[in-house]
Amino acid sequence: MKCNEKDVVYMDNNATTKVAPEVVESMMPFLTECYGNPSSMHNFGGQVGHAVEKARSQVAELLGASVTEITFTSCGTESDSTAILSALQAFPEKRHLITTRVEHPAIKNLCENLERFTGHKYRVTRLQVEADGTLDLAKYEEALSDETAIVSVMWANNETGVIFPVEKMASMARETGVLFHTDAVQAIGKVPVNLNSLDIDFLSLSGHKLHAPKGVGVLYVKRGTPFVPFLTGGHQEGGRRGGTENVASIVGLGTACELAGTMMEEENNRVRGLRDRLEEGLLTSIPNSMLNGHKTNRLPNTTNVSFEFVEGEAILLHMNIYNICASSGSACTSGSLEPSHVLRAMGVPFTAAHGSIRFSLSIYNTEAEVDYVLEKMPHIIAELRELSPFWKAD
Amino acid sequence: MWEYTDKVQEHFLKPHNVGEIENPSGLGDVGSLACGDALKLTLAIDENEVITDAKFKTFGCASAIASSSVLTIMVKGMTVSEAEKITNDDIADYLGGLPKEKMHCSVMGREALEAALADYRGVTLPMAEGEVVCECFGVTDLDVIRAIKESDLRSVEEITNFTKAGGGCGKCEEKLRDLLQATINEIPVVPVQVEGPKRMTTLKKIKKIEEVLEREIKPALKKDGGDIELVDVDGDFVLVSLRGACTSCAKSQTTLKEYVEKKLRELVLDTLIVEEAR
Repeated sequence: MKCNEKDVVYMDNNATTKVAPEVVESMMPFLTECYGNPSSMHNFGGQVGHAVEKARSQVAELLGASVTEITFTSCGTESDSTAILSALQAFPEKRHLITTRVEHPAIKNLCENLERFTGHKYRVTRLQVEADGTLDLAKYEEALSDETAIVSVMWANNETGVIFPVEKMASMARETGVLFHTDAVQAIGKVPVNLNSLDIDFLSLSGHKLHAPKGVGVLYVKRGTPFVPFLTGGHQEGGRRGGTENVASIVGLGTACELAGTMMEEENNRVRGLRDRLEEGLLTSIPNSMLNGHKTNRLPNTTNVSFEFVEGEAILLHMNIYNICASSGSACTSGSLEPSHVLRAMGVPFTAAHGSIRFSLSIYNTEAEVDYVLEKMPHIIAELRELSPFWKAD
Repeated sequence: MWEYTDKVQEHFLKPHNVGEIENPSGLGDVGSLACGDALKLTLAIDENEVITDAKFKTFGCASAIASSSVLTIMVKGMTVSEAEKITNDDIADYLGGLPKEKMHCSVMGREALEAALADYRGVTLPMAEGEVVCECFGVTDLDVIRAIKESDLRSVEEITNFTKAGGGCGKCEEKLRDLLQATINEIPVVPVQVEGPKRMTTLKKIKKIEEVLEREIKPALKKDGGDIELVDVDGDFVLVSLRGACTSCAKSQTTLKEYVEKKLRELVLDTLIVEEAR
C-alpha cells in the first residue's frame, strides 16, 4: 500500500503523528532478528529485556520519574482505565469521582459506564469549563471530599489545546487525601513535565501522539500509590500489567521520548510560530471566523477555529481535495448527531460549533505548508457559504 | 471517514441548482443551525402544475448538500402530484445509497419538498401537528411513525439514523421504543403465524429465534449493559447465555422468563421455554 505522504499537508497531529524515522530505525531489529521474549532466561531473550528497560529509562527521563514508576500499556485508553479502576478498587468505600466536562472519551465514557452499569453506585462530578475552556478552581475545591476516590483531569485538551493547571489541582487533591490522575496524552512532548516534584499519582501517555507507533502507551504510577492491575496474567511489568511486551513499539516509544526531550524547544518556538501565523491568517482573511479556547494558555501546536454558517464535514471534504488533513468538532464528523461535547461545554454557539476545524501541527510542518493552507481556506469557506441559507453576503 | 458514492461526491463538490428563486410558488424551509443541517428549497410551478424550476440552499454535510442537489434535479419537469410521491428512499437511491447514519439527510430533502408543495397548495402539513418526542431535534411522533412505516425501521438506532430523533441527549429513547413497538404491532402481516407455528422445522425455529433476539431482545438488554447469546435449541427448549451486566443482575431470571420467553413465544412459537445454559 502506498500512502503518498509527500502529497499531503498533515495538520492533524492531535489525532496521530508521523512515526519519526529515528523511531522506525530503532524498532527494526525487534521486528526482525531480535525476536526473543524479554522474560526468557536465555541471553537471546534477555537482551531484548534490556532494550525494554532502556526504553523505560528513556520514558522516565522525559517525565522526570524513576523507572519503577513506568508501566507500558497498549494505549492511552488502557492507561486511563487502569488508573481509575485501580483507585476505585483500592478504596472500595469511596464512591465519588471528579473529572471535567471536556475529557477525552477514554475518560468520559468510562465515567458514564461507572454510573450506569453499577446502578449509580458511583457519583461523578464533572467540572464545568469557562467560555475559553479553562476551569474554575473554586468549584474544584468545593467538589473535593473524603468520599472522593480519584480525580481525573486531562493535562491538555485534545480539541482546543487548552492546558489545565494539573500541578496545582494535584496538590489540592493530595491535601484532601485524594488520588490524582491526569490524561497527559496531548501534553507530553509539548509541555515540560517533572513528576518527581509533583503530587500527580497517575499519568497516562500514548505513543502515537509523540511520533512513536500506535498500540503502545504508558501509565505512570507514583511510588507508594496503591495499585490494582487491570490486565492480570503473567509477571510482566513487575506484575502490574500481564501480557507479553509489545517490544518493538516499546523501544520505539523510548526513542520517541528521547527525541521529544530534544525537540521540546522547537515545538514551543518554531511550531508555535507556524501555528500562530496560521491562526492569525485564517482569522483575518476569513470573515465570521473565531478562535475556540484560551489564546495563550494552550498547547503550542493546536488551533481550533470556527467558521460560522458552514458545516465542518463539508469543510474537511473540500480541504481533502487539496490534500489538507485536519479535524472538526461538527456533529457529522463526531459520529453522533451533536457537535463536540468540548465545544458545547464551552458554550460555543451552534452557528460556530458545527463549523469548527482543528489544525494540529508538528515539527514536520513547514512555512510553505502554512502558506498553502492560508491560500486555500478562504476560497473553501466562501464556496460553502454560497450554498448556506444562513449566510448573508453583504 | 464516510464511504460516499461517486454520485454523492459529484453532487457535493459540484452541486446543481444552488440559489433561491425570487417570489417562489412554493417555499420549503426545514432544519436549523442548531440541528446541524438545514435546507431551503424554492420551487417555480406553472399554471399546469408543472415544476419548471427548483433551487436550494443547504447548510450541512456532504450528504445533505448532495441530497438537496439531486432533489432539485429530480423534481424539475415533474407535476406537483408526481413530486408528491417522491420518498426519501428515492433520493437516497438516486445517489447510489447513503451511509446508514446519513439517511436523515435524504429525509430532510423529502421534508423540504413536502413543505414547499404544502406552501404552494396553501395547506398545513399534518406532520407539524404531532407531539414532539425528541426535543433536541424537534421530531414529532408522527414523523417517527411515518419513518418506521415507510422505511421499515426495526430499532431505535435506525429511527435515529433516519429522523435524528434520539441522537441528542437520548432522553426520548424509551418513548421511541414504545412508538416502535406500537407501530410494528399495528402492521398486520405476521407471516410466521399464518403458516402455522407447529410445523416449524428446527432450522427455521433457530433462524427465527436468532432474528427476534437480534432485532428485539438484544437492543433492549444492551440498554442496561446486558446481552444475550443463543446457545442451543432442543425441541421447545431454548438455551441462552446471559452476558454483560445481566450476569450479575439479581433480576436476570425475571428478565429471562417475563421478557425473553414472552417475546419469543409471541413472535416465534407459543410453546417455547427459555432456560439459562449453565
